[in-house]
Amino acid sequence: MDVDKLYESLAEIPVAELSGWQDAFMKFYRAWFYEDRWKSYFEGLVTTIEVTVIALAIGVVLGLLVAMIRTAHDQQRPERRNFILGVLNFIARIYVTVIRGTPMLVQLMIMGFVIFANSREFTMIGALSLGINSGAYVAEIIRGGLMSLDVGQTEAGRSLGLGYIDTMRFIVIPQAFKAILPALGNEFIVLLKDTSLISAISGKEILYFAKAISSRTYEYMFPLYITALMYLIMVIIFSALQSKLERRLRQSDRR
Amino acid sequence: MIDVEHLSKAFGKNLVLDDISEHISQGEKVVIIGPSGSGKSTFLRCLNLLETPTSGKITFDGVEITSPNTDIDKMRRQMGMVFQHFNLFPNMTIRRNITLAPVRTKLMSKEEADETATTLLKRVGLEDKADAYPSQLSGGQKQRIAIVRALAMKPKVMLFDEPTSALDPEMVGEVLAVMKELADEGMTMVVVTHEMGFAREVGTRVLFMADGKIAEQNTPAELFGNPQCERLRTFLAKVL
Repeated sequence: MDVDKLYESLAEIPVAELSGWQDAFMKFYRAWFYEDRWKSYFEGLVTTIEVTVIALAIGVVLGLLVAMIRTAHDQQRPERRNFILGVLNFIARIYVTVIRGTPMLVQLMIMGFVIFANSREFTMIGALSLGINSGAYVAEIIRGGLMSLDVGQTEAGRSLGLGYIDTMRFIVIPQAFKAILPALGNEFIVLLKDTSLISAISGKEILYFAKAISSRTYEYMFPLYITALMYLIMVIIFSALQSKLERRLRQSDRR
Repeated sequence: MIDVEHLSKAFGKNLVLDDISEHISQGEKVVIIGPSGSGKSTFLRCLNLLETPTSGKITFDGVEITSPNTDIDKMRRQMGMVFQHFNLFPNMTIRRNITLAPVRTKLMSKEEADETATTLLKRVGLEDKADAYPSQLSGGQKQRIAIVRALAMKPKVMLFDEPTSALDPEMVGEVLAVMKELADEGMTMVVVTHEMGFAREVGTRVLFMADGKIAEQNTPAELFGNPQCERLRTFLAKVL
């Protein structure tokens, strides 16, 4: 059946005389097929994935850095407190406190409308804001993972004469990584979904286009359902990949 | 070899070690006994600075290790340590557990370290476990590997922190046998243990610790045969 022809034939009937199914079809057609609107959703989808990847990279690097500073600071020997590490730790703590203590949407708007008020790169500003936000949560996840490890592991490494960096690199981080993978996956899903917020500062992701379409058709239901469905599918695919990775890491235990 | 002067350690307000001075010479096998909470493990852990002393001075081979200018990693390479809970690295094979430190600290090339690992594993009868993971071993095997791992660094002294306390009774013997062999080869050893038989047989000197002090010390024969202080008498009455 040709949807365009069906749409044209139904368009001639007055709206009041359409049946429920016909009405729903008309609305869906306008939300998806009309003027190739479906392309906009996919344009938004590409942006969403881009923003997620950039934000994830920023988040992981920032998170790792902050987690390392915080744990290194907390594990110092009391009589050898390093001043620079103390300053870095203080900055790291302020960062985590501020980011975790304020709403994501407010942070995004401050970045978009205050700090970068003169920039038109809304999508990039969005990615940067999300990355900075994610970094604070990733930092706490990694820090938790590092601290959950039996202190005997660190002690064994250090008692063999390995330095702090080597002990972290070969002993602590590989074990911590396995422990934090589920929490990290969860954070990634949150990040992926939070990309929808950047539409608030005109970041051109899926929801931005859905709203643009709605404002022309005065019909919100289908654009929003389509947006929700696209996010849902992405999250389902990612969850499957994540459990596959977890299974593989667990297998190396049993060898 | 190890000189301890006026060593004190407090955790918060809790004084665990109270002004201890002690000298350990090369080739000695010093066994530390005492009730739990007496500070014996803390004392041992201070010797390689896993615990930072609150005050006092520790000198190892003429180097003051408590000085902030000392490269502690370098000093620890000469002091092997064996833990109660083995602390093998579960993410690595046995061979890598043993060779990681010698290779990373540039003490040996990869080939030399592999060779050393094989030789040492043969000595404790576990050469077939080289490619196994720690989770596949019994407690006794793990502890023997932990001893081998420490020995691979060719340390001048070995510190044992209750090496048999976490083992099933039938596995205690195999670990003690390795330690005894090590003692016979002339290794300097400091051993915190509850194995009085081992203390009597292997120790050249036994320290009895109570309330953060070395309450009494003597040769094993004298200390067990003719205890002087009341604390030691009650302790021995309970454990023997």
